[in-house]
Amino acid sequence: MTKRSMYFKMIASSLIRRRSRMFVALLAVAVGATILSGLVTIYYDIPRQMGQEFRSYGANFILVPASGEEALSETSAEAAVSLIPSDEVVGIAPYRYETVKINEQPFMAAGTELEEARKASPYWFVSGDWPETDGSVLIGQEVADTIRLLPGNTFTMTGTDGNGESFSREFRVSGVVQTGGTEEAFIFMSMADFVAAMGESGAYDVVECSISAPQTELEDIAASVTERVPDVAPRLVTRVTRSEGTVLTKLQALVFLVTAVVLLLTMICVATTMMAVVAERRKEIGLKKALGAPNRNIILEFMGEGLLLGCLGGVLGVILGFGFAQLIGVNVFSRSVHFQAALAPVTLIASVLITGLACMIPVRSATDVDPAIVLRGE
Amino acid sequence: MSLLEIRGISKIYGNVNALRNVDMTVEQGEWLAVMGPSGSGKTTMMNIIGCMDKPSEGTVLLDGIDISTESARNLTSIRRDKIGLIFQQFHLINYLTALENVMVAQYYHSMPDEKEALQALDRVGLLARAKHLPSQLSGGEQQRVCIARALINYPMLVLADEPTGNLDEANEEIVLDIFRKLHEEGITIVVVTHDPEVAQEAQRTVILEHGRIARIVVNESGKGQEGE
Repeated sequence: MTKRSMYFKMIASSLIRRRSRMFVALLAVAVGATILSGLVTIYYDIPRQMGQEFRSYGANFILVPASGEEALSETSAEAAVSLIPSDEVVGIAPYRYETVKINEQPFMAAGTELEEARKASPYWFVSGDWPETDGSVLIGQEVADTIRLLPGNTFTMTGTDGNGESFSREFRVSGVVQTGGTEEAFIFMSMADFVAAMGESGAYDVVECSISAPQTELEDIAASVTERVPDVAPRLVTRVTRSEGTVLTKLQALVFLVTAVVLLLTMICVATTMMAVVAERRKEIGLKKALGAPNRNIILEFMGEGLLLGCLGGVLGVILGFGFAQLIGVNVFSRSVHFQAALAPVTLIASVLITGLACMIPVRSATDVDPAIVLRGE
Repeated sequence: MSLLEIRGISKIYGNVNALRNVDMTVEQGEWLAVMGPSGSGKTTMMNIIGCMDKPSEGTVLLDGIDISTESARNLTSIRRDKIGLIFQQFHLINYLTALENVMVAQYYHSMPDEKEALQALDRVGLLARAKHLPSQLSGGEQQRVCIARALINYPMLVLADEPTGNLDEANEEIVLDIFRKLHEEGITIVVVTHDPEVAQEAQRTVILEHGRIARIVVNESGKGQEGE
């Protein structure tokens, strides 16, 4: 048997055969590692969790024609949209606007991809239904109040198409939309209906995008669009992105602070437990010194036990921590968290380091044991 | 040259003189007993001989090395290489088996050797109990493991503190029988004891009183005596 295998046998036997004693220390490490792992998972998942939460407040990124351009060509809009990572897209709704008349009163009609608009603006409150068939529209509450229309009513819209010719078409009100904003003064219809009435233009007035990404990433996307598609001007909806950034920063700071406190408490707990372990094993330490163990060996053995505990506690922490993070995700954010595989080694290393640090003082005191005193006959 | 030569050592703890101007020698292969009432300085003397303490005055030469002036680190090294310790309370590591307890001494000394450790246990009649934990062994068996551990590194001097103090008569006889065999093999033994019957087994008995050597008795029935 080599010295190394004897060393591992000694520390493993100490942990295995003194289960009840070491369980307390393991529990302290595992609880700390669990909370650490859980909170760090949440820390990294908060942007995703909160990002999705913020997406319910509507578009955070819009594409408008660059200065000097009258409209966004479909080709340019598609080129710009292709620069947005598809896995971060919640909804992308292109809009065309034209002034129309209903009962000789002017209103603004908006043609869009209704399904995308619904995804990009989940905060719209619709009385009735979203349009599902041709000739169905959503009208804003302000429009509904002005011309006294309810879901299910029909009305005639008149106006001038792209060729300057008059049109008159009948539409059915599918639903009335309330947003508390300017959208209540619009009539929303599918792009197909809009093109059928107003004619094909091959361009959009604006493209509203809802993207699940932090402000910094949106700024990067904007820079990329500006560089590669010069006739498109990307804009961040700052009221959304800035408040999102502020809330995220504060939440992450809070989680960071709690994590730091938990780590400190874990260290104190492990240090206290190891102190008790050292006190309880003073005779054993004295005996080892009497057998000729130098202080270095005593330190290596206790540190080995501590680090093994840290490692075991870390493994438990990774497993239980994900459960803990899941619990927070489901109960606080109403969404499940993703397992962050890259955080597992971080938790393990942190757990081992914290345990190692916590063991330093108790282990140091172990070397002060005087074998002549602790082995004295009774 | 004597294996152990103690010249005028005193040990003072605060106002207490545990040892006063003690002179003593132990020859190579000798079996010496140290007796005396509680507080007579037996434990202090054992600690000094065992390199676990240093005298306040005087010199102690162990195998020619003055252990009264060595650093703590060197004393640990000397203890590891030259002394085998046997305790009244056995002091086995409770989470290691009998075999592992013996191998611990090898581990600190040089290299653990399971075969040699098993031979040491066989020498004290415990081969069959090698894989047992101390809690699964009787007091006598634990003391025999302690002896095997003390002998595993071939020490120059075996230092035993009340080795039969916690044993019944049958186990005391087993342990003494092992000591007799060790003595026959030429191992130097110093036994600190309260028990006159144990002391009688030695060649000489040093009797301490109030930190001084009151007298030295040459035991005619001592096993070493038989050889002279």
